[in-house]
Amino acid sequence: MGIIDLLVLTIYIVAGGALIMVFTLLNTAYLTYYERKVMAHMQQRLGPMHTGYHGLLQPLADGLKLFFKEDIIPSQADKAVFILAPLMGLIPAFISFAVVPFGPKFTVMGHEVPLYLADLNISLLYVLALSSMGAYGIIMAGWSSNSKYALMGGLRSSSQVISYEIAMGLSLISVLMMSGSLSLVEITKAQAGAGLLGILPNWNVFCQPVAFIIYLIASIAETNRAPFDLPEAENELVAGFHVEYSGMRFAYFFMAEYANMLMVSCLAVVLFLGGWNPIIPRSVFEMVPGLGGYIGFIGDPAVWWFIIKLYAYFFLFLWFRATLPRLRYDQLMKLGWKIMLPVALANILVTGIVMTFLN
Amino acid sequence: MATTSKEITVNMGPQHPSTHGVLRLILELDGETVVSCAPHLGYLHRGSEKLAENRTYQQIVPLTDRFDYLSCGNNNLAYAIAVEKLMGIEVPERADYLRTIVAELSRISSHLLWLATHAADIGAVTVLLYTLREREEILELFELLTGARLTVSYVNIGGVRRDATPEFIARCKDFMSRFPAKIDDYDTLIMENRIFVGRTKGIGIISYDEAIDWGLTGGSLRGSGVDYDLRKAAPYAAYDRVEFDVPLGKTGDVYDRYIIRVEEMRQSVRIINQCFRDMPDGPVKADIPTVSLPPKDRVMADIETLAHHFVLVSKGFTVAPGEVYVGCEVPKGELGFYIVSDGSSSPLRMKVRSPSFVNLQCLPRMVKGHMIADIVSCIGSIDIVLGEVDR
Repeated sequence: MGIIDLLVLTIYIVAGGALIMVFTLLNTAYLTYYERKVMAHMQQRLGPMHTGYHGLLQPLADGLKLFFKEDIIPSQADKAVFILAPLMGLIPAFISFAVVPFGPKFTVMGHEVPLYLADLNISLLYVLALSSMGAYGIIMAGWSSNSKYALMGGLRSSSQVISYEIAMGLSLISVLMMSGSLSLVEITKAQAGAGLLGILPNWNVFCQPVAFIIYLIASIAETNRAPFDLPEAENELVAGFHVEYSGMRFAYFFMAEYANMLMVSCLAVVLFLGGWNPIIPRSVFEMVPGLGGYIGFIGDPAVWWFIIKLYAYFFLFLWFRATLPRLRYDQLMKLGWKIMLPVALANILVTGIVMTFLN
Repeated sequence: MATTSKEITVNMGPQHPSTHGVLRLILELDGETVVSCAPHLGYLHRGSEKLAENRTYQQIVPLTDRFDYLSCGNNNLAYAIAVEKLMGIEVPERADYLRTIVAELSRISSHLLWLATHAADIGAVTVLLYTLREREEILELFELLTGARLTVSYVNIGGVRRDATPEFIARCKDFMSRFPAKIDDYDTLIMENRIFVGRTKGIGIISYDEAIDWGLTGGSLRGSGVDYDLRKAAPYAAYDRVEFDVPLGKTGDVYDRYIIRVEEMRQSVRIINQCFRDMPDGPVKADIPTVSLPPKDRVMADIETLAHHFVLVSKGFTVAPGEVYVGCEVPKGELGFYIVSDGSSSPLRMKVRSPSFVNLQCLPRMVKGHMIADIVSCIGSIDIVLGEVDR
């Protein structure tokens, strides 16, 4: 390998990493805006309107405000753990984006540039492992704050994440059985083209609807969002695990929460909704006269299909939050262990039987 | 020591988003389960009963606004009826109907805020925004009728402060025609929602006998199936001249209390519509010069009336010695005024039986053995206002 190639590789990795960081950071900021606007309009309000055009600068204003807030550490808190906890939440949430295949490879100046940083052969495992790491941040925050409200929030969170991770992991297994790979890129590629009946796209959501529903519920519970937002149930625990946090440390938790939501949405898009594959297949575009040279542009796999699906999936989070009341702790556990886990296991069994007979 | 090392003590409130004000609860928790709960009161105590002893009878009306600040019309009414009974004043019929209209509008507005906070406590935040939209319309109606949105002081001793304008009547009728559909809207959001039902059914059960033993009143009592509504049992204002049903619960859980209050809003609409239909023309103040203020145009015209007006405002009117108790059905339950007069222009003693205070005492019984999340739904279901608990 020549020095030039090494340089190009280094630049590629640094630039790609920076790009993904920017993408994630911008998203965590503007998903709050998305959420506030969507929820506001569901609730007959306007949402942020004053900071910038239709409140477009509101996320920046919020970030700036939190940045300049006083950083308070409670005197009775376990300082080291207290400081470490937000980072434990934030870092795993951000680095898991390294394996997300946003778009297919494209060619720039003779170089093939993929729209993903890494194509690990175990990338799904990597994502799941990192998402479990996030729970440590919450538990540590709950414990180190030395507050009973925070402690209970942390305890709720840990039990919730553990319970729902199992159902979530099991729902993914049936997808893995079909694609035969743990690489997110391979899973995306396996969903290309037309599938069932030649009309629907070849996405896993159509072959594995049960797994998709389990994943949807588990992903909401996993990210502690309504109606499973028990760890931060503001009406019972005030704010839950981050009740003692202020300023930027609080913002870290907030960013981690939104990064996690983004991550599970990315994963849903990759695993169930066909990733970068187009929503409307190429054959449909070919039927439209006059598109001519644009077919390759809009009918082929591309990053914007991914983004559209991502925000569509994310919309479900907001929809549920605006509609549903909160479950109680025991109901949440019951749903996870007594309903979702057996259904996920049965789904694996059925998938296995069907695959055996089809082969 | 009663507590073992397993239990933790948690202080909930007085600054807590879902204790409906400044209620403070000392909780003993075994994990998520409530072992015991002790309410601490007094964070909103303003000494209204003592203040009343140094004010003229007419000046006490604004004090009653501040008890249950969500349903001022009802508080004014209960107080005014008590004083009128003590003095033997007959109120003109039109005033009776206007009083009923204001009382029922207050009831709807209070129930709307209750529904908003109750649903938000359980996590359905959207209901709050919807109900507050309708409550805003009611507050605007109040502004049109009385000049104030919240602390209306509309009902006075001897009648009401001023007559309803045709604009108010038209807008109120219009609102009443639209409102029942809005209640249906709230129902679609939560009434049959499985999570909501799961969170409220079988929680905080108070049996028929227990409800009577605790002295509960209002929706909390009727949720347990006890058919007792002062509007029916001891009619006042125009309630004996209108038809309405008293909804009753069966099991006495949080869900039943929710169903009842929603149904009460529908009945209130019925009552208001009948009031508009039957309301006669005529004066809105009793024609008793020692109690009612003279007309403003005459005050500005001749000196005797001006002097009369001045004396009535500055010194107030005297009430013959005696004592009286009157209870009225306010949105929270039975609001009672016990007034002792020594013949002067202010009461010797005024005791207020506030429904929130009495209803709150069964909270520890309700939440015992349930989970911490059920505390907030129980607090919501007994519909307390801390301004009334502490007075």
